[in-house]
Amino acid sequence: MSRRPYTPFVSAKTHLVLLEDAGLRVGPTVILQRVKLSLDAGEKVGLLGPNGSGKTTLLRLLATLQRPTSGGGTVLGADLMSNDIYRIRPHIVLIGHEPGLYPELTLAENSRLVASLAGRDQERARTALELVGLAGAADRRARDCSRGMLRRTELARALIVEPRLLLLDEAHAGLDESASALVDLIAARVAERGGTAVLVSHDAERLNVDRSVRVVGGMVEQAS
Amino acid sequence: MTFWRQAKEIARKDLVVEARTSEVVLMTAPFGAAALILIPLAIGTDAPLLSRLGAGMYWIVVLLFGVLVILRKSAVDGPAQTDVIRLLGVDPAARFAGATATTAFLLLLFEIILAPVVIALYNPDLRGWPWLLLILPLTAAGLALLGTIAAGVTTGLGTRISLTPLLIIPLSLPLLLGATQALEGLRLGRGILPWLVLLAAVDLALAVAGVLAARPIEEATA
Repeated sequence: MSRRPYTPFVSAKTHLVLLEDAGLRVGPTVILQRVKLSLDAGEKVGLLGPNGSGKTTLLRLLATLQRPTSGGGTVLGADLMSNDIYRIRPHIVLIGHEPGLYPELTLAENSRLVASLAGRDQERARTALELVGLAGAADRRARDCSRGMLRRTELARALIVEPRLLLLDEAHAGLDESASALVDLIAARVAERGGTAVLVSHDAERLNVDRSVRVVGGMVEQAS
Repeated sequence: MTFWRQAKEIARKDLVVEARTSEVVLMTAPFGAAALILIPLAIGTDAPLLSRLGAGMYWIVVLLFGVLVILRKSAVDGPAQTDVIRLLGVDPAARFAGATATTAFLLLLFEIILAPVVIALYNPDLRGWPWLLLILPLTAAGLALLGTIAAGVTTGLGTRISLTPLLIIPLSLPLLLGATQALEGLRLGRGILPWLVLLAAVDLALAVAGVLAARPIEEATA
C-alpha cells in the first residue's frame, strides 16, 4: 500500500473532503467504485440513493473508519491511506443506523463519557442533553429509551464534540418533526462554523441541504 | 486526553456496566461453583484425593469459566460503540489497557468467590496461603491480557464465540502451569519463585504484545 505525502486541505483550502476515484471492495463484492467527490467548508450535502447503493459505506469511508481499496482521497487534509487519519478522527462525528450508546448507562452517563473521551468538560454534556430536549430523561438508562430519544442523545454527541465533519446516516428516519428540525439545526451549526455536514436519506424532500449527490450502484452522480 | 485517563474512562464504563448487569457475580460464579461441586460428587468421599486435586480443579474451573467472563466483557462494545470510541480519538492501546484492567478485576473477583468453595469442598493444603495474594492477581491479569487480545482478534467474526476460547485455552497453558505448580510447590514446601517469575514474564509479554498490536487489530477488524 503506497503512502501519499500529507497535504493539508488538498488543492483548494476550502475542500474538506476530496475523493479521487475511490473504490472499495470486500472480497469479490464491489461496494464503491471510482467515487469522485469534493465537499467544501460550510456546505450541507445530501446523499441520496436506494437501499444497498453504498451510501453507508461511503459515510464510513468519509469517517475514515474504512480505507479505500483503490483510488484515494483526503478528509480534513489527511490522506486516507496514511496514519494522519488518526489525528483528524476526533473532528468527525458519525451518527449511524445503530445507536453508539451503552444500553446499561444512562443518557447522562453516555454523554459524559463522550465529553470525557473527547476532552470536553462535563458541563458541555449536560448542556447538550438540554439542547436536544432530554434534560428530563438524563437519568434514564439507554436501554429504556425510545429510538427517537437515543437518536437525540446521538445528536447531543455532535453538540459536545462540535465536529468539522458531521455524517448522519438516515438523518431523519424515525424522528418526529421537532427532532427532524434539530437535525437540520445541528447540521446548519456545523456548516456555519466552517465544517461540512453530510446527510443521508432516501427522501430528497426531507433534506434541507445546499446540494445533493446520488449514489447508485456504488457510484456517485451529482444530483442537484 | 492522556493515555491513562482514556484507559481509566474505558475501565470505569465497563465496571459500571458490569455492576448493573452483575453477570460475573450472579451468573458465571454460581456456574463455576456448581462445577466444583460436581467433581466431588463424581469422585466420592475420597478426602485425600480431593485434597490433592483441589488446586488443579480450581484453576481449570477458573480458566474455563473465566473464558465466559472474557466473552461477556468483550461483548460490551458492539460495532456502533466501537466506531464512536474510535472517532473520539481514543488510543487503541488505552482501550486495550482499560478493557484488560476491568477483565482482570472481574477474573480476580471470580477467583475470590470460588476460593471458599474449593476450600470447603476439597480441603486443600493451605500452607503458604499468603502467596495466593500474588498468584491470584498474576493469573487473573494474564488471562485478562490473553482474553482481551483474543477477543480483539475475533471481533466481527461470525465464529467469535467458539474461536475466542479456542485461542485462549491453548495459549493460557503457561499461566495454568505457573499457577498450579506454584500451589503444588507451596504444598510440598518447595520454592515457588520460578513459577512466579513465569507468571510475571507471561503477563509482561502479553501486555507488550497487546499494546503493540492494539491499533493493527482494531483497524483490521473494523
